[in-house]
Formats: sequence, structure tokens, C-alpha cells
Amino acid sequence: MNAKTLFEKVWEQHQVVPETADTPAVLYIDLHLVHEVTSPQAFSLLRSLGLKVRRTDRTLATMDHSTPTDPDEVFGRVPIKVESAAKQVKELEKNAREFGVELLGLGSDQRGIVHVIGPEQGATQPGKTIVCGDSHTATHGAFGALAFGIGTTEVGHVLATQCLLQRRPKTLAIEVKGRLAPGVTAKDLILAIIGKIGVSGGTGHVIEYRGEAIEAMSMDERMTICNMSIEAGARAGMIAPDETTFAYLKGRRFAPQGADWDKAVAEWRKLKTDPGARFDRVVEFDASMLEPMITYGTHPGMVVPINGSVPTRVNDPVHDKSLAYMGLTGGEKLAGKPIQVVFVGSCTNARLSDLELAASVMKGRKVAKGVRALIVPGSQQIKREAEARGLDKIFTDAGAEWRESGCSMCLGMNGDLVDKGQYAVSTSNRNFEGRQGIGARTLLASPATAAAAAIAGRITDPREYLQSVAH
Amino acid sequence: MQPIRTIESKTVVLPSTNIDTDQIIPARFLTTTTKEGLGKQLFADWRYDSAGATKPDFVLNRPEATGCSVLVAGRNFGCGSSREHAPWALVDFGFRVVISTEIADIFRSNSLKNGLLPVVVDETTHQWLLANPGAQVKVDLETNMLTLPNGTSVTFPIESFARYCLLNGTDELGFLQQQADAITRFEQGRA
Ligand code: SF4
Repeated sequence: MNAKTLFEKVWEQHQVVPETADTPAVLYIDLHLVHEVTSPQAFSLLRSLGLKVRRTDRTLATMDHSTPTDPDEVFGRVPIKVESAAKQVKELEKNAREFGVELLGLGSDQRGIVHVIGPEQGATQPGKTIVCGDSHTATHGAFGALAFGIGTTEVGHVLATQCLLQRRPKTLAIEVKGRLAPGVTAKDLILAIIGKIGVSGGTGHVIEYRGEAIEAMSMDERMTICNMSIEAGARAGMIAPDETTFAYLKGRRFAPQGADWDKAVAEWRKLKTDPGARFDRVVEFDASMLEPMITYGTHPGMVVPINGSVPTRVNDPVHDKSLAYMGLTGGEKLAGKPIQVVFVGSCTNARLSDLELAASVMKGRKVAKGVRALIVPGSQQIKREAEARGLDKIFTDAGAEWRESGCSMCLGMNGDLVDKGQYAVSTSNRNFEGRQGIGARTLLASPATAAAAAIAGRITDPREYLQSVAH
Repeated sequence: MQPIRTIESKTVVLPSTNIDTDQIIPARFLTTTTKEGLGKQLFADWRYDSAGATKPDFVLNRPEATGCSVLVAGRNFGCGSSREHAPWALVDFGFRVVISTEIADIFRSNSLKNGLLPVVVDETTHQWLLANPGAQVKVDLETNMLTLPNGTSVTFPIESFARYCLLNGTDELGFLQQQADAITRFEQGRA
């Protein structure tokens, strides 16, 4: 038998009809995650064609994007302020009811960011094909699933047929040698990888992250890595499932139980890329020398070490335009730059370990004067777990805001916004112009770097703060 | 979906690289529950000032842009969010073709489903197009050729099935539905 990659194994197990020169493969989808923003037009299509949802048991919906994070709005004590968002929330409630899809809706204690709750509920599993009308669906690849974002037309296709038409993508191995130094996180690693391969470096490819640093990571960290695959242009990122994966999933709501569990684990163990299997491309990366990273521009590939300077480029109007938007100049040092907003949240970095990391920096300290710090858990379950550990108290004592779960300030559509011209150190995944609000200047970084910036009121190396905590 | 065979038009040029879908249509406009009318919000933060007034010097606001159906953009167009609102907005504005050296995967796939043809060209052709805004070009999907006003023609790649659907204005869903028996067999085989 010839050696195969993890991707090839999952792909081949899901071909209903293999591709030909004339037609793409018909690929079976095991899990379809749905949210309020990219689904209304798809349900409308089904309705207009008189179609049903083929597999309601493989479809799971939640609300996160346009959903508010203010508890009064979430729990209906006051109306949702953004009127069109309120309408969208209502629309998903109606569609879920009418088509018989399970919805972890506004009142549900299992609600959260779609890419956080899939794994949390155990719906995300090794070897599955998973899609969602959202580009960060790659997050689920951390479990050895083939997970990718689709458009709304395709959401309709999957609802109606549980299948998608797909051409087989190419494969890219990112081999990460060495271990991350203390105070350097998975977020810093993925930012550095994007900086190296570029924002279109993964286009047309599925990435498999491999090597010592990846194997040593927790599931939370692996999800942070896979989450940002799209920021390198790749639709999917995958990591081979191992004991860490199985331990995470065991006992979760949708995970196989009893004898089925053992059978499933035996199958999952076979998914690893075989020795000698070929990738279309291989990129090597050394984690051991890495430092905390921060972006300075308007795409995630514009990134430097925290103590670095804004690069200078001659005759590059695009670079100049980006720096003008950011209010930065080439050669300028980033550390020491005053900031006004800190956002710890999003499907990249709002899991329990991210919040613990931010809390370890903020514990017993105060958010600097004039800084707004917003801490938004990735799901209601994470919110409860964080509260059980007293993290909410650490944040609010420091002067930060603690919210209900949702996408929040990751994208400007739910009322949580960065004002024009403000600098925001954010743990989210996109620093595009206007992403966090019109004229907002986003600096992407890890939860440690974001929390340290909140305390210092300026960009600063988080390691100084983490060390003092350890003592 | 409107079939595409040949498109002849002047070009509009947006030379920035890495134009992401948040620029094409900002997130605050995604609370809509329909596809219609998004052309007004296309490139909203570039087209309008903070008071909502049209910026007369932005290329899409200039009189020459009226009626153009070909957009030439810098490298790596359409990266970022998977929002199909991006091609919906472009098509609603009147575009039928986008040309670049690299077009992001999800955006490309979404465009093909909405009668917007993504055309990937080589560096030389791209440089020429960027340097000659308003050039009258011809895009022929039957021959997969882009012809410049100087007579030069280049071929562009396009996935065969997507091409078939665009030429005929057919929707992929119909094809998927015809696979119902195979899908059922597949489901039974795994149960
Ligand atoms: S948190 Fe941000 S990136 Fe993640 S799903 Fe929500 S909007 Fe998208």
C-alpha cells in the first residue's frame, strides 16, 4: 500500500464520487456548522426550491457573529441594539425551527463562537469532514479533521445534499522543529509562520502542521494554530490526532461512548501521515528561537518580534498606504507605543487557557488609565469555567470588562467596536482596515501580549509580566 | 445566474495587493438576510467618507467607472473572510470579471457560483493592465482568452465544471441533486 498523508486519508474516505477531468469530486460532509450571518440566504434558497435539510443530525447551529455580548441584550432584558442583527438572530431561530436543525441559541448555556463550541461539544472529531460558512472553520483541523470554510451558496448545497463539489487541493507540510521558549505562545508561532510564507503562501493547499513543537501543544494551542491557516491563504490546516486529542474529546457530548469510543480511537490512530508520504510542498520552521510577535500593518503577514521595529520598504506604495492607515513609520520601534484598546477574545484565543494566560498577567494589577480592556470568552461554557476559577474577578478587579461569549470585537458587526484612530492590541486573527471598526488600528498578538499591553497602556514584552507572576 | 460567454468592457483598476473581503464589503453590512442591493456598499470605506458622502476621486466613483464590468485588482484579491456578500456586492455593482495574478480560494469559488468570472493572468499582462486603466478588453469564456486592446491574447485557467456552469448559467446544486442515489449508497455503506 502506498504511503498517504493525513489529508489524503480523510479525503479518500469521503469521496462519494471521485473527481474526473470534467467534474469535481462529490465530497461527503460529516458535520455542518451554521451561524446567523452566512445562512439566511441559504435557507431561503431551500425554501424557494421546496427542499429539506438532508441530515439535520449532522447540522448544528449557533449564534456568534452579529450577536451582542452585553448580558442585558443576550438575555432579552433590553432589545438587541443593532436592529438588523436582531433580525438576523430571529431569522436563524425561525429557520432552525422550520427545518428541524438543532440551535444552540441565545438562551443556551452551550452557545458560543461556532469554532469554539464544535470541539467543546465533541462534535469535532478526527477524520471528519467539517464545513461552515466561515473561513476560520480550519480551526477544527486541530483534531485531524478536514475542515474548511464555504460560501453561502455552498451552505445551501450542504444543507440540501450533505455534499460539496470540490477539486482536490494540494498539500503543504509545515514542519516545526524545536520547542517554544517560555512566554512564547502558539499565537506567536502562527503569526511568525504567516509572516514567513506570506498571506497567499498557502493558497490552493491544505496545510499539515507537524513536528516537535506541534506535538507538545495542548488542543487549545493546536486550535490557535489551525485557526489562522486561512490567514496564509490555505482553506484548511490539519494536525494528526494523538493521545492529547483523544483525552480532550473523551466524555464530551457528541463523542462516541463505551465500546464505540474504543473503536473510534482505533480508527483515529490510523489517520496519521504515513512515513514516506509525499507533500506537494514542505516548509521548515524553527520554534526555539521565536519571540512574542505582534503585527504592525493591515494584514496578518505584516508581523515582527515584539521588540522589533516597523520595517522600511523603498518604493512600495502598498506598504506605505498600510503604514499610513496604522499611523506608523518605517524604522519606528513598536514597544512603548501607547494603545487605547485591548481585546482578548475570538475563535483564535478565547478558550480557557487563553483567559488563564491573560489573567495571570492581569492578576493584582490595574488596566492602565485610558485603556479599554474587553475580555470575551469563546463560549458560555468557557465563561462558566472561567468564573468557577475566579478569572472574571481578576479581570473586573483590574478594571477590564467581562462579557457574554461571541465574536465581539473581532469584527465590527455586533456593537463592540474600536473607534477611529485607536490602537487595539487584539488576540483575534485579522488586522484588516476597518475590521474592528472604521479607522480602527489593530495589532494582533497573543493573550499574554494583549494583557500586558492593557496593564502597561502601551505595547510591551509580556515576558516581563509573566516572570513576575511566576515568583 | 446569468450565463457568461464573452464580456467586452473597459477596465477599472484597483492596484492594491491583498484586497480582502472586509474591504470589498465591511462586516457591518452583513446583517442583511437577502443578497440584493449590496452594490451600494461595495468598497464602502473607500468610496464614502465618515459622514457617508461619496469621495469623488475614488476610482469607482468616477464617471469612467460607470458601465465597466471588468475589475483589475492587485495580487491576491479576495483574501480573508468567506462572505459571499463580496461577490454579491461586486455583481450588484455591475462587475462580471475580476482579473489579478492571484485570487483567493474561497472568494474564487463564491464568485463562480454568482456569475462573476475570476481571471488569473501572468505578471506581464497584469502589469500592463495595471498601467492602463480604462483599457477596452475582451474576455471570452468559450476560448478562455483575454484580449488586450493591443491585440495580445492570453489564455486563463478555469476549472472545467465551473466553466460549463458559467457558460450555461447552470447551478451546481442541480448536479449535486442528481447524485442522490450515490449519496444514499455512500451513507448506507458507512452506517
Ligand atoms: S471570532 Fe472572529 S474570526 Fe472567529 S468566527 Fe467570529 S468573527 Fe470569525
